[in-house]
Amino acid sequence: MSEAKNRIPVVDYLVLEGDPHLVAQACTGCGALFFDRRNACARCGKLEFEAKALAKTGTVRSFTIVHRAAPNVPVPYVSSVIELDGGGVVKGNIVDAGSDAEKFELGMKVRLTTFPCGLDEDGTEAVAFGFTPV
Amino acid sequence: MPGDAWIIGASMTKFGRYPDKDSIDLASEAALAAMDDAGATIHDIQILAAGSLMEASNMLGQRLQKQIGQTGIPVYNVANACATGATAVRTGIMAIKAGEADMALAVGVEQMGKMGLLGGAGQARSAPTGFEPSGRYGSVMPVEGILGTQLMPGVFAQAGMDYASRHDGVGFEQFAKVAEKNHAHSSLNPLAQYRKVFSLEEVMEAAMVAYPNTLLMCCPTGDGAASVVLCSDAKLKTLDPDVRRRAVKISASVLTSDPYVESDTAQPDVSTLTKRAAAAAYEQAGVSPQDLDLVELHDCFATAELIHYENLQLCEPGGAGDFIDRRGPWRDGAIPVNVSGGLISKGHPIGATGVANLYEVATHLRGEAGDRQIEGARVGLTHVIGLGSACGVHVLERAAS
Repeated sequence: MSEAKNRIPVVDYLVLEGDPHLVAQACTGCGALFFDRRNACARCGKLEFEAKALAKTGTVRSFTIVHRAAPNVPVPYVSSVIELDGGGVVKGNIVDAGSDAEKFELGMKVRLTTFPCGLDEDGTEAVAFGFTPV
Repeated sequence: MPGDAWIIGASMTKFGRYPDKDSIDLASEAALAAMDDAGATIHDIQILAAGSLMEASNMLGQRLQKQIGQTGIPVYNVANACATGATAVRTGIMAIKAGEADMALAVGVEQMGKMGLLGGAGQARSAPTGFEPSGRYGSVMPVEGILGTQLMPGVFAQAGMDYASRHDGVGFEQFAKVAEKNHAHSSLNPLAQYRKVFSLEEVMEAAMVAYPNTLLMCCPTGDGAASVVLCSDAKLKTLDPDVRRRAVKISASVLTSDPYVESDTAQPDVSTLTKRAAAAAYEQAGVSPQDLDLVELHDCFATAELIHYENLQLCEPGGAGDFIDRRGPWRDGAIPVNVSGGLISKGHPIGATGVANLYEVATHLRGEAGDRQIEGARVGLTHVIGLGSACGVHVLERAAS
């Protein structure tokens, strides 16, 4: 793939600048974390949020190995629920680790990584996040 | 204080494929059979609740009336994902408890055809044009398969593996045993979509869909309908002795949604709202899990059934793996679960499911379940969950006399 002119995160809670990481909206009332655009806090109902950078390391709370998917989605791949150190629970793929069920342990330590996931007609590269075993 | 609500008529179509029928045909068949079973006609019915996930925005209930009787009564069209059917029944129960009706008709139906994988993003990815962040996550393209999976087999696989991560003795084999059981149970149910028995090895060696769920551990898509006729205490006293003798008491009717949990940011938590619904239902009914003679629970995937053993208090905390290992949920076990074959083999026409499980339990309580009858059944529980989430739990009891 030729050098992309520009890069854009595939979702807005992924920050690519500097050391790539995830950012959550933290409720200023109760500290609950969210990744989506908010209207109010689902936990306490308060209205104000502040951006909070999340840790790049975490543990595998759950996973599945997807063998059957929509057309154009390459299989197999490993989908996982990751508990980030210091707070935040996120879903993402475990990449660069194969897809053999025996290789994945619940509770294993992982670290956030990024990978290109698409190129648009203007040459902009979309970048996603995933996790690799530590 | 309102009195009890009763099921006096119940029916379901055989679940399967009906390419030559539409939702109205299936709903009509179920509704007419339920009213016939109750010794009632459409002129006795004072409220209609019609559940269908894909037809609820399309005046399903009124279109049904145009086939079976336009009497001008209030109609509620309801949708609540896979809890749609239970929500329709509960709408009828609430109308009776509120004193607005003394007889109600609830119908659940779905005509799914072979629609394949369900979930937010089951469609093919299209080639990207210009990347422009949009939606609540500012995404520039569909992220299914890029940021994990949100399709049903994978979501429920991860729900099961989350349980496995916190409890010993739960793995691929325990999940597979659930499907082995439900396929075996379905062989006795003439209304099931599939009735084939599979060995544990066949279940485990079937094509993998989303580990640990193989194809034989996933419910199929399908078509079907189910219906119940409900009435009040006062109305029941006026009905024929034969209707009263076969009446089934609704001892608890509960609907819950997800309370906030931290992991909601990854995927809905199907356990907490189920635990809350079960606890409320046991309290409302004044029964304990040990009193249950049978349970019909929401086994959309084998991984889901296993975790609901604990969520519904059918086993000790952490003991779901052990419960299936010692055959507790088999039809001759401690608490028979999904003796109909469950969603995995009886089938899961979405809107019909939460009514069909009431039909199943009521039929056992009436002693009319034929080859699959659980002998002497007096108390049963039904459970459905719609991801997103809605959980419906009902406790049914055989009439005392």
